[in-house]
Amino acid sequence: MYKYDTYDQSIVDARVEEFRDQVARRMAGELTEDQFKPLRLMNGLYLQLHAYMLRVAVPYGTLDSRQMHMLAHIARKYDKGYGHFTTRQNIQYNWIELKDAGDILADLATVEMHAIQTSGNCIRNTTSDQYAGAAADEVADPRPWAELLRQWSTFHPEFTYLPRKFKVAIIASDEDRAAMRLHDIGLQLTQNEAGETGFKVYVGGGMGRTPMVAPLIRDFLPAADYLSYLEACLRVYNRYGRRDNIYKARIKILVHEIGADEYRRQVEEEFLHVKTLGIDPPAEEFERINAFFAQPAWEQGLSDELDLSDPDFKLWVDQNVFAHKAPGYAIATISLKPIGGIPGDASADQIDLMADLAETYSFDELRVTHSQNIVLPHVRKADLYTLWQKLDAAGLATANLDLISDMIACPGLDYCSLANARSIPVAQKISQRFADREADLGELKLKISGCINACGHHHAGHIGILGVDRKGTENYQLLLGGSGAEDASLGRITGPGFDEDGIVDAIERTLDRYVATREPGERFLDTYRRVGFETFKEAIYG
Amino acid sequence: MKIATGNDLATGDVVWWDGEGWSRHVEEAVDVGDHGAALIAREDAARRVNAAYVIDAEATPQGPRPAHIKDRIRARGPTVRADLNIAPADTAAGSWVI
Ligand code: HEM
Ligand code: SF4
Repeated sequence: MYKYDTYDQSIVDARVEEFRDQVARRMAGELTEDQFKPLRLMNGLYLQLHAYMLRVAVPYGTLDSRQMHMLAHIARKYDKGYGHFTTRQNIQYNWIELKDAGDILADLATVEMHAIQTSGNCIRNTTSDQYAGAAADEVADPRPWAELLRQWSTFHPEFTYLPRKFKVAIIASDEDRAAMRLHDIGLQLTQNEAGETGFKVYVGGGMGRTPMVAPLIRDFLPAADYLSYLEACLRVYNRYGRRDNIYKARIKILVHEIGADEYRRQVEEEFLHVKTLGIDPPAEEFERINAFFAQPAWEQGLSDELDLSDPDFKLWVDQNVFAHKAPGYAIATISLKPIGGIPGDASADQIDLMADLAETYSFDELRVTHSQNIVLPHVRKADLYTLWQKLDAAGLATANLDLISDMIACPGLDYCSLANARSIPVAQKISQRFADREADLGELKLKISGCINACGHHHAGHIGILGVDRKGTENYQLLLGGSGAEDASLGRITGPGFDEDGIVDAIERTLDRYVATREPGERFLDTYRRVGFETFKEAIYG
Repeated sequence: MKIATGNDLATGDVVWWDGEGWSRHVEEAVDVGDHGAALIAREDAARRVNAAYVIDAEATPQGPRPAHIKDRIRARGPTVRADLNIAPADTAAGSWVI
């Protein structure tokens, strides 16, 4: 894992003191809310329905057990004993008091954490594949590149006041586990025929009120040009991106309006200039960063044998365990989606337990996933059974990864001041209704947002739900056919919305139609794509 | 009736104007009539409240019930965490909110 050097630590410490002072001035009345709001947002502090909310950055979703314990400590000491893991691989606390904000940031800084770049119109925390550094199918670990991007972009004056927030995701395998093409910039680490490392560059994806799947802008960007090219991408955007209309200020609108070809032409032109500025670090600097991500000391010669005689354990292994690159190891996903629970929430005790398990069984490492789960990336297969038993005892062994109950849901109207409708109760009802059938239903990504901002990725769900306000009451629209994976696509709204129970019934009709029409081996999304929208629409509305 | 609400500056707690100060309990909210804007300006300047606004509410024997579900959720707490609600003992709280 990356370790702060004295520069990193000193800028984070300085930021804590600066913010502490700003909070004190706000409490003393020297700053009005209008003056204070942009300052608190630069430190991840929002005002939500019930209290202030603090979003803490987990760079590219990676953390160690010491950091995870700190997250539990904050939940316990300053919040109401829990936190909410988000689709941006971060964590949010819902009950923060303004007077504690400085102390919380100071506590975080002791374990190399902060809330910088979790809000505001800057380059946000870069997200990545939760299996990075462990997955059998990756070209190389993408996280050193994410870390390089973090170092380049943090407090970069040119990118601190962008037209809108800017999100980057980096992956390193053909299977996309990070919704890469739904980001402002999506990067896929790859190798060309000559065996050189580089990137596929996608620009202009996003969700919100105008969802877009990012088009390919460069099919092979040599690694040596990484930062220069990203700088060129951002400069073209910074120059033309609309600042007069926040809904049109995203790069996706620019790329869409001028077209991918014209955007590419301008970026290439800008790149020729930027490349002369010497932004790309020397190879030694990348190697310095890369060294922090060296493979853990995996034991050699371990067996891949696994005793699956306990059927509940087998279920969990089949569903939640993924292939590791080292023999005798596995990647285990801890589901934060117990049947009928609140997606992505974890109690302080659960967070502590996961930290302890990471320390004992996973080389001290954990990952937060964009689908709001936690991963232990390096578990010896021989330890899986004990690990599973310990998780099970704490209610953390739900075997539902990528099934319908493993849904993404934003906080919605239970917590969020922008919401039109509640997301969590709908999530809970769906989870309860379909739990018995979910193994048969197979891979099914259901995603719920409480408003058009799409924090719950509803456009990218095989089944998506969008909460809307219909004359002061909660109403839910149903979308079908989206995907955030390598087969990225946007869901289509089926028709008039439903109330809370009605949406669950509509999903049942959708799934019944799927079961009746699927061919062997077809996922819901495959069947939908084969038989088409109308068949399902007919099933839903009759 | 019209009632005024906001979040406490220091704690972020949801608060309601009770005629003399800010209460945590919506039942204690009073009708602010046409004085809402002036009240909020004054209270904001005095740093007692943050992001205050005036809403419509229905007067009921149990006290004001905000017209919009969002403010009813603010009044009680998240509907999905009854244990954290401000009136957890009130078994009717659920139907009051929805
Ligand atoms: C409760 C406090 C939250 C607030 C006030 C909030 C606010 C917003 C807003 C205003 C947008 C739209 C931005 C735009 O269109 O440019 C947005 C988008 C987004 N938010 Fe949130 N959000 C919140 C919580 C969350 C949570 C909990 C998650 C993760 C589960 C999340 C993940 C995202 C993502 C992935 C997007 C989509 C970005 C895109 O358009 O590509 N947010 N959020
Ligand atoms: S999608 Fe809307 S309701 Fe949900 S967290 Fe985002 S802003 Fe809030």
